[in-house]
Amino acid sequence: MTVQLDARPPVAPKADNPHRSSGRLSRLDTRFSPYLYIAPFFLLFAVFGVYPLAYTFWVSLHDWDLLGAEHPFVGAENYTRLLADADFWHALVNTLGIFVISTVPQLLAALWLANLLNRGLRARTGWRMAVLVPNVTSTAAVAIVFGVIFGREFGMINWLLDLVGLDAIGWKSNRFASWVAISAMVDWRWTGYNALILLAAMQAIPRDLYESASIDGANRTRQFWSITVPLLKPTIIFCAIIATIGGLQLFTEPRLFHSGTNPIRGGPMRESQTLTMYMFENAFAPHYNFGYGSAVAWLLFALIAIVAAVNVLLLRRLGGGNRPEKKAAR
Amino acid sequence: MAVFPRRRLAAVALTAATALLVTAGCGGGDEPGDGTVTLTVDVFGQFGYEQLYQEYMDAHPGVKIVERGTGTNLDEYSPKLTQWLAAGRGAGDVVAIEEGLLVEYKANPANFVNLLDHGAADLKGNFLEWKWNAGLTADGKHLIGLGTDVGGIAICYRKDLFEKAGLPTERDAVSKLWPTWPDYIATGERFTAAKTGASFLDAATNTFNTILLQTAGNTTGYSYYDTSDNLVVDSNPSVRQAWDTTMDIIDSGLSGKYGSWSEEWVSAFKQSKFATIACPAWMTGVIEANAGPAAQGKWDIARVPGNGGNWGGSHLAVPKQSKHQAEAIELAKFLTSAKGQIGAFQAKGPLPSSPQALDDPVITGATNAYFSGAPVGAIFGTGAKSLKPVYMGPKNQAVRTEVENAVRTVELGQRNPTQGWADAVTNAKKAAAK
Repeated sequence: MTVQLDARPPVAPKADNPHRSSGRLSRLDTRFSPYLYIAPFFLLFAVFGVYPLAYTFWVSLHDWDLLGAEHPFVGAENYTRLLADADFWHALVNTLGIFVISTVPQLLAALWLANLLNRGLRARTGWRMAVLVPNVTSTAAVAIVFGVIFGREFGMINWLLDLVGLDAIGWKSNRFASWVAISAMVDWRWTGYNALILLAAMQAIPRDLYESASIDGANRTRQFWSITVPLLKPTIIFCAIIATIGGLQLFTEPRLFHSGTNPIRGGPMRESQTLTMYMFENAFAPHYNFGYGSAVAWLLFALIAIVAAVNVLLLRRLGGGNRPEKKAAR
Repeated sequence: MAVFPRRRLAAVALTAATALLVTAGCGGGDEPGDGTVTLTVDVFGQFGYEQLYQEYMDAHPGVKIVERGTGTNLDEYSPKLTQWLAAGRGAGDVVAIEEGLLVEYKANPANFVNLLDHGAADLKGNFLEWKWNAGLTADGKHLIGLGTDVGGIAICYRKDLFEKAGLPTERDAVSKLWPTWPDYIATGERFTAAKTGASFLDAATNTFNTILLQTAGNTTGYSYYDTSDNLVVDSNPSVRQAWDTTMDIIDSGLSGKYGSWSEEWVSAFKQSKFATIACPAWMTGVIEANAGPAAQGKWDIARVPGNGGNWGGSHLAVPKQSKHQAEAIELAKFLTSAKGQIGAFQAKGPLPSSPQALDDPVITGATNAYFSGAPVGAIFGTGAKSLKPVYMGPKNQAVRTEVENAVRTVELGQRNPTQGWADAVTNAKKAAAK
């Protein structure tokens, strides 16, 4: 096959005109077809990614009443006002707070789950599928159910607290308590998902490492911390980045956690209002100030870029240092 | 070999183009194509139009009516409506607009059909004068909406809980318990002392709003904004007075703190967790929907402490983006006619804004079986024609949200009344400036 293909070109293209043009065409083909193949993604990205980004930026430079006919240009005014807006910083702290107390336990639990699933369990596939089930349920349903569980008056958790003689907690009107409740929702939904990703990475670790470790007398815990975790580092960081992007854009859970009048505030004193909720509050009800909302969106974008960059730096620093064990084992 | 690459190129181009077309061409017609016109009506809360739609469809065989949003609260409804208007598509052919938001929409009348261009001027006599005027833009040249209902206020109460607490249960006797708000508080304290396991009222925010609109209607005629659209949260005595009375209510521990319109609020209705609720006429439909058939006959209606008052009431408008404007205008006229308003009142209780409807024996003699046969027509209708409207300024909804939130923080014990008032004023100013 290969020989034949190699043999053909010197003869065929020079034979006649149509063949020559086909040679040009096939050169064009090799050159541009790959771009054409990937074009749909970039076209879609341009339409649904770049254009909205640019348009949002354009809007953020205007005094843009959602219903108004006139949208006067105001330059960076929305941004300067936003940076002096205490509610914006409050929402930022909420977002980062919820992010930290949901992501850290989530990744630890996922690691532990993955390690369990990696052992010789009975009905292994069943268990592996089971951990993914929470991820399949609708966020809205999860948020509503958790909203009921964490209710002040009729909630299950407060009822249990009451049974053991503890005071009821205002899950929706206490800043830290509401962060915990929302983190519980996020964790319930995403721990299994991360566990499966970590499990896939774990299975790629060569068995002989563990065998030689056993021969050297390392117990399971020792093997886990000295072999599994170091070799999983890139995957763990991948999970952390995905969690960062999701965490900083958290909206549905805290929004549906609160019901009643103006739930977009995340509680009467904005206890659990995240940045995306603050963006919505300004761009839509009750302010309908599209320009200001767009400015929030752009600062959120910048924040995600910064946090992602920090993650990449961490990845570079931690990425190299974990191979020696492997070499040593060989 | 010659043909294959070319075809492949074409195939790739075709695939790319198809992918784009599929994603771009997501719109499309929604008409059935058999000559019927489908009119969408967007409402919130309980408007009680179901029976009227049926009548209208029977009389107009070419029209099909679909209603969206029944039971939705105003805070969820208004952003949707605003987004539809801003986007230029998505809104119903007829949309309900609450009085507090009407002021914001009036600032951009181009979004709506000018009903004056479609013979609405002849209907002026069908509406209370101020209700008609509320639908007009400042220059009086553009009529955005026709009035549906007004919000005469009463207090709805649970007879069974009153009996448990050793209070009178008969509606006239109950009305005599509270000629003024301090008397209402005193009654609440008696109720609380009886330890029935229920609170005296649902949430301080609803009561605050009732008191504010009553006080403002009886004195200045405006609440958060004066009639020149200056924000007067901190200088209008009506606001301060309503605030202080509400603080007394909270201080006496009368509120169940079930945030209005929240899921807990709905549960509290079902579980009989509070005995009274500030009750504009349209609230009777909400109570019935939330408390359910099990509570039938346990509710009754007494007069509101203080002197009358108006909370709420809506208009029906036709967005410019409607594809069936002519049909939609006809439907809006029908629903807001005296006959339509009477029908809605009978179904879900919103009080007519048409003097003819208010005088109609069907209304004056109306009773409500759910509320122990209370003469709702007489309770809400009396004085409805002399209701004093309260002026609403441009950012009324945003400001109201801030002040009610401040009430709620005090109610939940997060702030004391002094801090709460400071929050209310600062946040209201901030919201008004946005």
